[in-house]
Amino acid sequence: MTAVLRARALGKKYQRRWALTDCTLEIPAGHVTGLVGPNGAGKSTLLNLAAGMLTPTAGTIEVCGGRPGSGPAQLAKVGYVAQDTPTYARLTVSDHLRLGARLNPSWDDALARRRIERLGLDPNQRAGKLSGGQRAQLALTLGLAKRPELLILDEPVAALDPLARREVLQDLMEAVAEHGLSVVLSSHLVADLERVCDHLIVLVTSQVEITGEIDGLLATHHRLVGPRRDIATLPADQHVISASHTDRQTTLIIRTEAPILDPAWTVSTIGLEDLVLAYMGRTARVGSGSGSGRRPALEVLR
Amino acid sequence: MIWLAWRQFRGQAMAVYGLLAVLVVILVITGPPLPGSGVARLTSAEDKVYNAGIMLVYGLPAIIGIFWGAPLVTRELEAGTYRLAWNQTVTRTRWLATKLALTGLAAATAAGLLSLAVTWWAGSIDAASQPSTLAHVVSVTGADAFASRVSPPVFGARGIVPVGYAVFAFVLGVAAGILLRRTVLAMAVTLAVFVAVQVAVLFAVRPYVIPAAQDTIPITSANISKLGVSGSGGVAELAVAGPRGAWVLAAETVDAAGQAVTAPPWTATCVMPPRQVSETHPVPSQECFAKLSALGYRQLVTYQPASRFWALQGIETAIFLTLSALLTWLCIRWTRTRLP
Repeated sequence: MTAVLRARALGKKYQRRWALTDCTLEIPAGHVTGLVGPNGAGKSTLLNLAAGMLTPTAGTIEVCGGRPGSGPAQLAKVGYVAQDTPTYARLTVSDHLRLGARLNPSWDDALARRRIERLGLDPNQRAGKLSGGQRAQLALTLGLAKRPELLILDEPVAALDPLARREVLQDLMEAVAEHGLSVVLSSHLVADLERVCDHLIVLVTSQVEITGEIDGLLATHHRLVGPRRDIATLPADQHVISASHTDRQTTLIIRTEAPILDPAWTVSTIGLEDLVLAYMGRTARVGSGSGSGRRPALEVLR
Repeated sequence: MIWLAWRQFRGQAMAVYGLLAVLVVILVITGPPLPGSGVARLTSAEDKVYNAGIMLVYGLPAIIGIFWGAPLVTRELEAGTYRLAWNQTVTRTRWLATKLALTGLAAATAAGLLSLAVTWWAGSIDAASQPSTLAHVVSVTGADAFASRVSPPVFGARGIVPVGYAVFAFVLGVAAGILLRRTVLAMAVTLAVFVAVQVAVLFAVRPYVIPAAQDTIPITSANISKLGVSGSGGVAELAVAGPRGAWVLAAETVDAAGQAVTAPPWTATCVMPPRQVSETHPVPSQECFAKLSALGYRQLVTYQPASRFWALQGIETAIFLTLSALLTWLCIRWTRTRLP
């Protein structure tokens, strides 16, 4: 597996607060990778480090084989659409395209014009007068027409209404299929990711909770419902992600490669959202339960 | 990158250059007063233009620092557009260097043009400037006394120093913006620091960059410029006009032995007799001055002569351009290490 992004013990400190600590992860090339996690997990910081907007305080990060932001060659390889999709309010749509053409040797002008035309954007309109969805589309067009190897999108649709969100993501998917670039996309809306991503990383307090291809993850995670029992009695190859008990019933979410043979369980598949929530919730519970987890430490810092 | 820098800057550039063009047209239409004539006696309109010219040349660098310099980076930081700009195939060093070079060049050109126009317009007045003396004040038909171009109010509004001021103010604004990251705050700090630096240079640097000249000048009825009388009837203050066109830094009365003294008490009544007497003797009596000089009283004047105007201009411009270069280096460094 070739990695398009490789982070080792990566950390970033703002003033006195660590936004990302000891983060180690790899993102494979040729995938649309969804980066999901609760607020404050370090998603934006990680992506900003990957784009070279920030420099790491600790550890190393390598993107497309180079240090982020190290020079024009590296900048050409990575496209980045920042949170809130910034554009120059006073510049028109066609000014933005000219900006892209002037500032990027690899600029694909035909692609950019085609997209703007298809989106129905008026080239003479100022970006400040565009709707949120149109602005996101314009920023995305700039990112795509730069023809990067890796396109990083930091919550590109967070500010959009559901319809605009669907359109932007649909568009993104088409572009990815057409040009075959790697994409890393962060969001806390799992439903969005489910629509476009084929690879998933759940990041909670800087740590990778689970990573893998979405199909594989869904195939190896199950919801078990059955009479109440102690989870310690489960077979060794069944890893419990979350467990909830009532007086008479136990509901588990487990990960296992092997088939589930115990007839006491009612086995059902789970959706991506449940899977992500199970992992996000796990850290919180483990932390507060044992008192030695990462969550309390985070609260002290906060 | 030059295209983007110009596209973002052209509105501001046109505003300033538009005003500049209007000013130059006004100066050309009014024309320099009294061309060729040695005496400058201005109409009130000309006097207004003369003073406005000085104020404008001083004001332009501040305006450039506040409206071109401070928002250059903070605007991008506040709108978040730096994240768009820095992710094109252009390093932030080149991004900032291009913006600094383009706008800095425009600042230097604007200040240079304005200074050139004002210096040309006021050329005959500057040439006719002569030290103010009591004789001028007393005689109604005498010429108005204008400050020489090497002395403070005029020096900074002539020649090439406005270029140095403008470039410095601009880079200062950019640096303040990078450090403070807020436009309005950066504007206020730019103005305060720019004025403080100009005042500091005026009082602590300009008088000393070339060691001042000293001369002893006899006190005569023609050159005496100030005589203050204390309550007890003695001389509190006595000054004479320095060499023509010079910037007088200090003056003191010395006796025959060269020691600094105050003029003897009888000088006051002798030079400026009580009113009823002065009506019969409208001109200060020559005897007083003859007596003063016979006793060895002279005026020791420390000054920068008019001939040093261009040397002082060159040195001061170099100082401001050096400061600008230092700040530019810091700006580029800070953009790499401190931002966003």
